[in-house]
Amino acid sequence: MTSTAIDRDHALMQLHQMLLIRRFEEKSAELYTQGKIRGFLHLYIGEEAVAVGVMATLGPEDAVVATYREHGQALARGMSPGAIMAEMYGKVEGCCRGRGGSMHLFDTATRFYGGNAIVGGGLPLAAGLALADRMQGRNRVTSCFFGDGAVAEGDFHESMNLASLWRLPVLFVCENNLYAMGTAIRYTQASPDIAAKGSCYGMASAWVDGMDVDAVEAAARKAVEHIRSGEGPYLLECRTYRFRPHSMFDSELYRTKEEVARWKERDPIELLAGRLRRAGLLDDGAMTALEAEVAGEVEAAVAFAEAGTWEEVAELTRFVHSERRAS
Amino acid sequence: MNQQSAMRTITYREAVREAIREALQRDERVFLMGEDVGHYGGCYAVSKGLLAEFGPERIRDTPLSESGFVGAGIGAALGGMRPIVEVMTVNFSLLALDQILNNGATLLHMSGGQFNVPLVIRMATGAGKQLAAQHAHSLEGWYAHIPGIRVLSPATVEDARGMLWSALEDPDPVLIFENNTLYNMEGTLAADAGPVDIDTARVRRPGGDLTLITYSASLFKSLEAAEVLAGEGIEVEVIDLRSLRPLDDATYLASVARTHRVLIVDEGWRSGSLSAEISARIMEQGFYDLDQPVQRLCTAEVPIPYAHHMEAAALPQAATIAEAVRRMMTHG
Repeated sequence: MTSTAIDRDHALMQLHQMLLIRRFEEKSAELYTQGKIRGFLHLYIGEEAVAVGVMATLGPEDAVVATYREHGQALARGMSPGAIMAEMYGKVEGCCRGRGGSMHLFDTATRFYGGNAIVGGGLPLAAGLALADRMQGRNRVTSCFFGDGAVAEGDFHESMNLASLWRLPVLFVCENNLYAMGTAIRYTQASPDIAAKGSCYGMASAWVDGMDVDAVEAAARKAVEHIRSGEGPYLLECRTYRFRPHSMFDSELYRTKEEVARWKERDPIELLAGRLRRAGLLDDGAMTALEAEVAGEVEAAVAFAEAGTWEEVAELTRFVHSERRAS
Repeated sequence: MNQQSAMRTITYREAVREAIREALQRDERVFLMGEDVGHYGGCYAVSKGLLAEFGPERIRDTPLSESGFVGAGIGAALGGMRPIVEVMTVNFSLLALDQILNNGATLLHMSGGQFNVPLVIRMATGAGKQLAAQHAHSLEGWYAHIPGIRVLSPATVEDARGMLWSALEDPDPVLIFENNTLYNMEGTLAADAGPVDIDTARVRRPGGDLTLITYSASLFKSLEAAEVLAGEGIEVEVIDLRSLRPLDDATYLASVARTHRVLIVDEGWRSGSLSAEISARIMEQGFYDLDQPVQRLCTAEVPIPYAHHMEAAALPQAATIAEAVRRMMTHG
């Protein structure tokens, strides 16, 4: 295969994943207004390049820890769209049997450790997963996603220090979308340069344009290589933007339509599609076919969720404790 | 009777240290992590000598980051290790409460049964050493409120020695509370003492007149009171809960059915407490066995004071326990 063919396949895979996240979430929002999905629903739309770019650099043995805005990470990691949708429906066929919902997606098969809805709460877990790998002599990476809001939490600083002190194989990925819920970073960070905070802990770090999937992937690849070679953890700040409200209950009083419109001009999907078109790797026909394929996947996920069943109430107290003894 | 030669005297501290050492020898996945557990030898000298024996990977000094290292313990447990995380005192554990409750106790259920957390967290608890109001509280009852974890309270050297391995074999988080006044206590232990069950309460002294339910350091104050009362013709049955979650209802209800009187002695505060929970369970399940209302003797509802006499006055003591029993027997 020529390198152009490889590049084309890879780029189309990136486009496919980003489009799947976009359409899956648009459908989720629609289903939310219909009452099919309840609870909190946080959409990733606008930030797709971050999850897709980073996931491409991980292997199946690596681990992922994410936040409550994690549909994108779960899909890009290869979790079943049907199992995710069924989870949001609250069906027993969901990835967590309907126990977690949108904010708590987990999957042993892809080593996806949530879905953590305590801001910053996933960072110590990532350090611990990486510690287990190091103590057991496994050359794995734990990729930990968190937002700019988490940077103000003690868990961020404690985990950065621990990971660097013990040279743990953690890729810290800060998805800096400029707002901790509805409060702009200028109101929450004394020093808003997040990547620079790595130096406080002697940790290698960089920032990257989080709207450009190629840039994210290249930066993440460099970071993962650094970690796998035993150089210790890495902090990667991805500067991105959430196109939709924080959750479904957000009147967006804290930012202007003009600001949102400006960022939408750098839509990560259009950015990649445009690049592929200019390179002659994508045309209208291919784009239409891709849209149709993604629409089919989303439709299948919804059908799977619709056909799902409710867990028996008698099962309510299952999984408070393990049903097996540890080995 | 056990043969004299098969028994030995050991302190509570040594019993815990032996248990940790044995666990490290038995299972490569086990490691100890916490503040000052390595080079310092443990705040209460529990882990003294273990760093030299097992090295810094497995006797792991942590920064002062309770949330960070307890959360890392949870992560390491998810990753296949069997961590023993030591938190210096129960008051400091509040800095890690988020990780203990929102992750440790919750991940299994929230993930639909996919991710269990085989983690043991040990911490010192309790008053009596003039450590004042930020080092001496008894918050075990708070933790016993949380579904998804076990809460253990070893009082004897046998339990201090034997509960750890059973806890490490449990697939879910187990919290072990070690009352700091017990570390220097000596007790006798069978030479071949091994793991003990972590499910049941024990009758530590039989008696037919009144059931005294307690745990941890208050056990010994209660036994002292029971000895004095026996001289007065009052036979108190003293029950050591051992496990605060789950509670072994059957053992104390069976005792109540025999004695018809209950005093609960709890070093925690009274309001919204473990003693309240036990009292409620007795009302629900043993009401018709009672000859008089369940009584409670708890720590005064104040932050633990520094001054020795004030601290002593705040806690249940052998004398106040005996007095509470006498009052009940007089008015029963």
